[in-house]
Amino acid sequence: MGLFLAQLLTGLANAGALFMVASGLSLIFGVTRIVNFAHGSFYMLGAYVGYTLMQVLPGMVGFWGAILLAGIIVGLIGVIVEICVLRPVYSAPELFQLVATFGVILVIQDLTLMIWGAEDLLGPRAPGLKGVVRILDEPVPQYDLALIAITPFVAFALWYLISKTRVGILVRAATQDREMVGALGVNQSWLFTGVFFLGCALAGLGGAVQLPKGGADLLMDFNILTSVFVVVVIGGMGSLPGAYLAAVIISVLNVFGVSYMPQSTLVLMFVVMVVVLIFRPFGLFGKEEVAGEHGQVGEPERPIKPAGLRVRMLVLAGLVLLGLIPVLGSNFAEVLATDILIFCLFAASLHFMLGQGGLVSFGHAAFFGGGAYVAALLVTYADTPMELAMVLAPLGAGLAAVVIGWVCLRSTGVYFAMLTLAFAQLLWSLVFQWGDITGGDDGLVNIWPSAWASSNTVFFYLALVICVGGILLLRHAAHSPFGYALRAARDSARQAEAMGIHTKRIQWVAFAFAGAMAGIAGGLFVFSKGSVFPNELEIARSFDALIVVFLGGVKTLSGGWVGGASFEAVKDYLTRFEYWRLALGLLIIGVVILAPEGIVGSLRKLGERIGFLNAAEDKR
Amino acid sequence: MSAVLTVEHLSRAFGAIKAVDDVSFSLEQGELLALIGPNGAGKSTCFNMLMGQLKPTGGLVRLNGEKITGLAPRQIWRKGVGRTFQITATYSSMTVVENVQMSLISHHRRIYSMLPYAHRLYRARALALLDTVGMADQADRHCAVLAYGDLKRLELAVALAHEPKLLLMDEPTAGMAPRERIALMQLTADIVRDQGVSCLFTEHDMDVVFAHAHRIMVLNRGQLIANGTVDEIRNNPQVQEVYLGGGMLFNPADGPAGTPERETGHA
Repeated sequence: MGLFLAQLLTGLANAGALFMVASGLSLIFGVTRIVNFAHGSFYMLGAYVGYTLMQVLPGMVGFWGAILLAGIIVGLIGVIVEICVLRPVYSAPELFQLVATFGVILVIQDLTLMIWGAEDLLGPRAPGLKGVVRILDEPVPQYDLALIAITPFVAFALWYLISKTRVGILVRAATQDREMVGALGVNQSWLFTGVFFLGCALAGLGGAVQLPKGGADLLMDFNILTSVFVVVVIGGMGSLPGAYLAAVIISVLNVFGVSYMPQSTLVLMFVVMVVVLIFRPFGLFGKEEVAGEHGQVGEPERPIKPAGLRVRMLVLAGLVLLGLIPVLGSNFAEVLATDILIFCLFAASLHFMLGQGGLVSFGHAAFFGGGAYVAALLVTYADTPMELAMVLAPLGAGLAAVVIGWVCLRSTGVYFAMLTLAFAQLLWSLVFQWGDITGGDDGLVNIWPSAWASSNTVFFYLALVICVGGILLLRHAAHSPFGYALRAARDSARQAEAMGIHTKRIQWVAFAFAGAMAGIAGGLFVFSKGSVFPNELEIARSFDALIVVFLGGVKTLSGGWVGGASFEAVKDYLTRFEYWRLALGLLIIGVVILAPEGIVGSLRKLGERIGFLNAAEDKR
Repeated sequence: MSAVLTVEHLSRAFGAIKAVDDVSFSLEQGELLALIGPNGAGKSTCFNMLMGQLKPTGGLVRLNGEKITGLAPRQIWRKGVGRTFQITATYSSMTVVENVQMSLISHHRRIYSMLPYAHRLYRARALALLDTVGMADQADRHCAVLAYGDLKRLELAVALAHEPKLLLMDEPTAGMAPRERIALMQLTADIVRDQGVSCLFTEHDMDVVFAHAHRIMVLNRGQLIANGTVDEIRNNPQVQEVYLGGGMLFNPADGPAGTPERETGHA
């Protein structure tokens, strides 16, 4: 009984930081509609800044003052980020801003590394709260009790701010209809900036307040991000009580999971999330998102048509050049080109679903990594030949997509995105924790191609044929009745349903199709590397694909693979330098600001201006 | 003549408010029936129940004798009911003709087909449909740049694509210029006459209604208060009361005494 109570208290204490970070994310999303990927980074900054301040400021007042100051400083950093990075891209198409926040993650990671170094920092203990209290004979740290006591106050202050003050009224109004708030004479820019400050300050506060328990390290940003997403989604976007309840549920669950089911701690969180969303698709306290409340942002998407002769010749020439790589280039070039080709197919599969279907998935790596693991497991345990494994990889991934898609498509919008993320993480944690079968962190190794394809050159050509074929197939699918129906469901579900199209089913099929195509890429990947590790299923892998699709241009047909090729090539070049994340992050932010229509969209505009492409402007 | 659409005791409540209250009527083949009423009378609610967007809290809807209450919009569409929306719903990333082609593709049950190019399928038929509504010259324009009146006409072409037996039009001329309104309703009347389609429409513009409808039903506060020919409705004192005497004060016992003898006008 005592142990049980102690664990419950630990869980409640952990919930504090989680709640602060999650409520910040939820606030920012509610008002600005930006899914702030960088929120974990602000949490990490809070920890580091708090650590430094605690070294300087003495005593109990210094400790708590440092926490508060850390929150304010991180909030101000958030303001700088909002003004410099996000303001220029508010008018860009929806969700495009998340690419910018991803750039911010990379920049903050490297800046933190520069300033504080790579060593993990051990957080100082809170002055006056260093001891433990015995509750039913179990030791409970005093600081935990302090956290349990503080969190409700933070929650209450936040609730008061949102529900009772004029600022809160503005924030709530903006959450429902920001255009109307603007029309009523409220300066939206400063409202957004203010909310960003508050959200980031909360994240910073969360990071600083957990210092005595967790310290500070460079992996904190991604580590907390998943939990925060889960908390926000379980609680319901924009709901403070929901965020608090969900933070408690998740934290308590984690503590109990560690002691009773250590093999499944990671899985548990996502299982809970999936179960909640099956019964309440908008979270415990969330409300259904009202579709179409923001109106059209950016230019309307143009009608698609098959490429003209000139573009086809260009592509053909490009393919011939690609085919000459083994003749002209080095062995290294072959391997690099193979990598890029595989990544391009992966990105193109996500682009199909996201661009044509409007289905923003945050967890597409589930099918890439899934396909890779299907192939690897088949080779390891059943001695399956490469050819068969490569066929079964997309089948397995597609099957997974059928199941995952069925659940995820019950929700829409950002909930859909979070659910896909949850399933990807679920698969990742399964693979990671089920070490007996999957090798866990050590991965599966010695998975080599059949003898005929074992040379780099042959494998390059194999990858070239499969990936280019796959990308062309995806492109053709966009032009087919299926692709049109998918676009119809995205453009106007109301009209599509009124003309006999089962919109959910068509999206489901598209989800499975995209999953299978990612599975093909995954299968190729295993045999090109000879091994597979859980990080192929990771959140970072999903984000890579997502970023690439947005960078390439969502509202174009070739955005996926063009973005993929550019990103991989640049990344390969930059990773030779020490602070490559900083450079890559700045580059991403630059592209986002300069080319809000993505690379292909901007190139198309340029091509039209110089007369290479026929302008799509209305000739009437 | 046989009834294409039969509505029996249709009701829908939102909490304590009875948006549609025990409405019964039928629609004959080849008939152009107008459903009118002041704002908030329950016209759109009624429409959404007929098409399956909204589940009724009571009552039955029959299409050619077959019960269609509770079916999804797409299933009702497959049974031969076309509809246009009060606020247009078109595919803004497609061209005008592709919007119609999409409907034809769905009609021929080829939405899961991955082989052909969609923009080549049923193009001739789609162009013919666009020609019917006078949009053929705009066939290859981007749908997102169309004027609102053109979108309304496009929607009509889309709704006609699967050769519906019944056409439901929710305020087909809302947001259009006066001349366009007359033209569109004339077009609808021609289609009803030439193709034997039955049509139920709601409308606020009384000129349009009295000029073209074969029969008119009046809905007020969820209840059907009148159902008759153009002249009957024109001279119905209750209807005059609703439109001119102010629906809020409506009380049948008071009678229509004292209301001015204006017969038509914009509601």
